Amino acid sequence: MSRLKRLMSWLTTTDHKRIGLLYFYTAFVFFLVGGLEALFIRAQLAQPDGHVVSAETFNQLFTMHGTTMVFLALMPLTASFFNYIVPLQIGARDVAFPRLNAFSYWVFVLGALLMNASWFTGPLFHAGRLNVAPDAGWFGYANLTSRQYSPGPNIDFWLLGLQILGVSSLAAGFNFIVTILNLRAPGMKMMRLPVFSWMTLVTSFLIITAFPVITVALVLLMFDRFFGTHFYLTSAGGDPVLWQHLFWIFGHPEVYILILPAMGIVSEVLPTFARKPLFGYTVVVYSGVLIGFMGWGVWSHHMFSVGLGPIADSVFSATTMLIAVPTGVKIFNWLATLWGGQLRFTTAMLFAIGFIALFTIGGLSGVTHASPPADLQQTDTYYVVAHIHYVLFGGTIFGLFAGMYYWWPKMTGRLLSETLGKWHFALVFVGMNLAFFPMHLIGLLGMPRRIYTYSPDLGVSTLNLVSTIGAFLIGVGVLVFIWNVWRTRTRGQTAGNDPWGGATLEWTISSPPPVHNFDVIPTVASRLPRWTKTQLKAIPEGAKLAEIHVPGGSIWPLVTALGLPVLALAPLSHRLPFAFVGATIILLGIFRWAFEPFEA
Amino acid sequence: MTHAAVAASAMRPPFPAERGVDVYNKKLGMWVFLGSEVMFFTALIGSYVILRFGAPGPWALPGKVLNIPVTAFNTFLLICSSVSMVKAYAAIANGDQKWLKIWFGLTILCGAGFVAVQAYEYTHLIHHGFLPSGYRDGSELAELAAANPVMYGQAVAGLYGSTFFTMTGFHGFHVTCGVISMLYLYVTRVLPGKYTKDDHAGVEVVGLYWHFVDLVWIILFTIVYLI
Repeated sequence: MSRLKRLMSWLTTTDHKRIGLLYFYTAFVFFLVGGLEALFIRAQLAQPDGHVVSAETFNQLFTMHGTTMVFLALMPLTASFFNYIVPLQIGARDVAFPRLNAFSYWVFVLGALLMNASWFTGPLFHAGRLNVAPDAGWFGYANLTSRQYSPGPNIDFWLLGLQILGVSSLAAGFNFIVTILNLRAPGMKMMRLPVFSWMTLVTSFLIITAFPVITVALVLLMFDRFFGTHFYLTSAGGDPVLWQHLFWIFGHPEVYILILPAMGIVSEVLPTFARKPLFGYTVVVYSGVLIGFMGWGVWSHHMFSVGLGPIADSVFSATTMLIAVPTGVKIFNWLATLWGGQLRFTTAMLFAIGFIALFTIGGLSGVTHASPPADLQQTDTYYVVAHIHYVLFGGTIFGLFAGMYYWWPKMTGRLLSETLGKWHFALVFVGMNLAFFPMHLIGLLGMPRRIYTYSPDLGVSTLNLVSTIGAFLIGVGVLVFIWNVWRTRTRGQTAGNDPWGGATLEWTISSPPPVHNFDVIPTVASRLPRWTKTQLKAIPEGAKLAEIHVPGGSIWPLVTALGLPVLALAPLSHRLPFAFVGATIILLGIFRWAFEPFEA
Repeated sequence: MTHAAVAASAMRPPFPAERGVDVYNKKLGMWVFLGSEVMFFTALIGSYVILRFGAPGPWALPGKVLNIPVTAFNTFLLICSSVSMVKAYAAIANGDQKWLKIWFGLTILCGAGFVAVQAYEYTHLIHHGFLPSGYRDGSELAELAAANPVMYGQAVAGLYGSTFFTMTGFHGFHVTCGVISMLYLYVTRVLPGKYTKDDHAGVEVVGLYWHFVDLVWIILFTIVYLI
């Protein structure tokens, strides 16, 4: 195949496995970008009165670090596993809407590039500096984001980028709900669904209900900035607290969007390496669903310092403590799965166990935020930063790393090195605790977050230095992982169908799977098809088999996705023609998309 | 195109698929999409309610700024289009091509009529000085509001304009998208007679969307124009 043809086959692919890989590599690059931003922040804070970056750049760094990690790294990394693994786990040939899936990916890439273009496009806006990246924090509180206080293009990049990324997440959400509900192999009843697929379903429901809310919040902000409306302007009767409500009504389900897939991964990894079925499968599934529901009733615990009054504070305090219950149930189920199992301490298993430990610590500091008086003391200090990193780094990223080691052989056909993997785990585990544990103390000692420097008199210099050393250790650990991935391309041990002795359907087929996944769609008779004797029903003798239709590729999802950033250029540059060009591209793309013959 | 050949030799199983939710993929996809749309309009309307109740002064009295009779006619038009959509679906469910063409065409006409009336309403309002940022200085409305600050809700004119144009604008955008999609289906599927008694998923799916957009309008008309 010529090079151009190969490129085109990737640009037009609608194969869920290829899209999964595209998601993985793209999101991992953004994970490195976000990590680099974090290292700049830690370098600046290594010593009091640091001079590594300016205050303005520091603001941009912490804003983009948060935004990048949440929207461009963690969510798409989980999406990578949704794409690659879910159709295999439910015994399907692809997702329900393959071209919509490609569209989600391309919108994600283009939105991410648009937002990150702000690092280099200052001169285009006559800003007098190179970097005009968003700088109002990842939750962009009004009225810091109003035209009056943020006149430059920084916030425009942020809000337009997030709008575009929202389209990507929503499209993926629709797709996976329909896929999981309608495309299951015969016999794969809902209560036989692997836990990872279950958590994907719950996460997708959270995505399609939470993202419209932030879309509205961003739309109102956009209109305030471009069309002179007054939604968040106190001077005109508007309400800046409305932004906080809208943002956190989205924002709290969002943290479950980030953690539930990792919980799903851990629920797959632990049973495999303990050689035991997951303890209390039903309860784990139901508590995941319950977390999804209760995640909608806790948002105001992000806003205790607003002063919403004693009734609102008490209610949200109670719901927040309550949501710890289903979470705790899951932790005990995982521990009980390990209990009495034949444990194999592979790297995937180490990361999964690390997940339990670190996520529990993060969960406990989370419960301390549930008390309004304590929270008032912790708000906007490094204590909150410590909490979020224990749940999102110790939780989500450890879960994702567990998933990478677990499913890498399925996705590429080769096993990652266990020796390098254990180095990777050790470095990241030690580095993570060195980096984030001192932040609890730094915060309680009174250091506010998001301030570009601190005075030596504050008495937190040593703790900050330790934290910086930890952050760089994480960086070294991630480099070891990259080296591991790189050498595995050629030197990794080949995997075979099932290197771990897993129980679920993805291990019944070759690694990497053929384009059509299953030669014959399996008929499932139990929750753990590969661990039960009556696993797969045989095809009746002389049965008439129909031909498999694997959808061909399509360029139109990419074209349609291209219209969105072009459309966004209109408000960004204050030039209306871009809007017409963008809308034309989108209309043309959708028209051709609907017109082309496509077998799904 | 590249993978098809690879897979051509492999085979599909004879077993029926797991039952799923007994709703075909496209329709289920539309239902899920409408679920997210519900959240979108809930957030929009919720913001409006919060802003209106928390506003530093009363809103303009109903009918002072907005023209209720014209919009009531527009509402009637949209409800009629929902009826004709139901009739179009019923026609094709009986395999009746002729009445599908008539009713589906009427739906598009009513929808396009709604957009046209709304465009007329917007130009009219802007001409009188009603903008997303409030009453334009020196306009007819600004003078009326200066003479009657309570009746015209002068103190909160900015919020009034912001919420009015945002909510009705987004609804109008949805109607426009619906009209474009229906027009597309009309030309490529309905007129050539490609829908049949057994296969008319397109009519059903676009119909779901259309009824949803109507429903939202009935809520918006009530809370934006009538109270």
